[in-house]
Amino acid sequence: MKKISTGNKAVAEAVKQLVPAVVAAYPITPQTEIVEQIAEFVSSGELKSRYIAVESEHSAMAACIGASITGVRTFTATSSHGLLYMHEMTNWAAGARLPIVMANVNRSLGPGWNIWAEHTDALQERDTGWLQVYVSTVQEAYDATIMAFRIAEHNDVLLPVMVNLDGFLLSHIMQPLDTVDVGDFVPPIHLPHAIDVKNPRGYGGLTGPDQQFRFSWDIERSIRDSVKVIEKTQNDFAKRFGRKYGFTEDYQCGDADVVIVAMGTLGKEAEVAIDLLRKEGIKAGSMRLRWLRPFPKLDLKGKQVVVIDRDYSFGRGGILATEIVAQTKEDVFSVIAGLGGQEVTYEDLADFVRKRRMGEEFWFGVNANV
Amino acid sequence: MFEIRIHSRGGQGGVTAARLLALAAIHDGKYATAAPFYGAERRGAPIVSFVRIDDRPIRIYSQIKKPDMVIVLDASVMDVVDVLQGLKSGGKVLINSQQKKEFAGFTSSHVDLTGIALKENLVVSGSPILNTPVIGALAKQGIVSVDSAKKAIREMFSDERNVKAAETAYQEMSA
Repeated sequence: MKKISTGNKAVAEAVKQLVPAVVAAYPITPQTEIVEQIAEFVSSGELKSRYIAVESEHSAMAACIGASITGVRTFTATSSHGLLYMHEMTNWAAGARLPIVMANVNRSLGPGWNIWAEHTDALQERDTGWLQVYVSTVQEAYDATIMAFRIAEHNDVLLPVMVNLDGFLLSHIMQPLDTVDVGDFVPPIHLPHAIDVKNPRGYGGLTGPDQQFRFSWDIERSIRDSVKVIEKTQNDFAKRFGRKYGFTEDYQCGDADVVIVAMGTLGKEAEVAIDLLRKEGIKAGSMRLRWLRPFPKLDLKGKQVVVIDRDYSFGRGGILATEIVAQTKEDVFSVIAGLGGQEVTYEDLADFVRKRRMGEEFWFGVNANV
Repeated sequence: MFEIRIHSRGGQGGVTAARLLALAAIHDGKYATAAPFYGAERRGAPIVSFVRIDDRPIRIYSQIKKPDMVIVLDASVMDVVDVLQGLKSGGKVLINSQQKKEFAGFTSSHVDLTGIALKENLVVSGSPILNTPVIGALAKQGIVSVDSAKKAIREMFSDERNVKAAETAYQEMSA
């Protein structure tokens, strides 16, 4: 059905379709509308979930962990400092192999007290064992949330999935939304290591130096296996609902000499920059990275790459740029733009391509010497 | 692509007007986005929201710098904000006002949205509701169709007085 929705409400609509047994969440700007909407669905009886209003994000994730280990579907949502406050528990969720789905509305970290879009919050969760997908439209926020449950709960994966959407730029924008009848696209959850009162066992006991690495390797093995599960889920989604998603969304990359790589809404607006550049005779393309974990094999051979990072690792560089250089072993032009919601337009993105200096880093809005 | 910037004050319904307009455009079979600019807003502070309407999916998220049309829901913001900033040459200005206001180089029109809202007793927390009548005025301008405007209003508001206010604005709208 055709309607109009914000990114936040699209996530809530998707969650409504998947009927988690438990939603435990704490509101934080700009995520608030997601949990408000879910709470409303629950209170009106439209959604038969148990909504646990917790006292903190740490507790939200702890409650999801506790519920998930009983073998039921769980969901939470957060942003920025809320995500950081969960950090201890996000590691636990992945380590305990719990297929929790979380929406994270990307927002910068204080101080200053800034509530606008930045990806550093989610990227500080990069090494926890969570799968991470970044979306760029209201429709994609809805579709990716549906797929996240199927991917997380797949027996070859059994890891939590984080769906990331840009604060305000996507969480609060209104765009058309086609909702679907999920039907059996996401099968019922079956957690092989669920707690069973008839068969009591110990969970989370002391694990010695001769065992711990096996658990770590098991996470990595499953993340590698998740590549096929993601591909199949996205292909099945396309067949069933007509919308195709990949690990990246490539626009005019085929014959491109130079490619912009970005995540989230900047990655989508980059397509408009490509149209501008093509009119000027510059063979440019855009590759919007959707999945950060597992990090996909990017087809960038023979192309100059302009990486837009809406994030930063102090003392090292743009996180996406660093990841890409590690894979391609080629210099990139690394642009740091959009931090804390800094306004970046398609004209700016086109300019980054025109003025690219391979091997250098450029901070947009800072002085020209940087 | 047709780009509209809406000026209002926090609490006047500028964000909802943007949303209604986008919804009506989608009912017309077009693509549309409505994006409020979220600053440190509070009731009464000047705010802007953006609407983009196009025949193709809209891929732009940055703010509208060169609008085709500017809507001013509260004429008093003109004392503190340059509402014409970036407006394309010959662009449209629609003002909530009893009097006509001329702007050299632009096409201006006016309608007394406040008066219409008060007449229909569309008042919430002491503020007249401007977002439903303004959609009627925009239908008169051909930005969206009348049917889609009414459909959008009925989807978002159960009170039929909102549709009535939009119809009145449609009739009273200056050419």
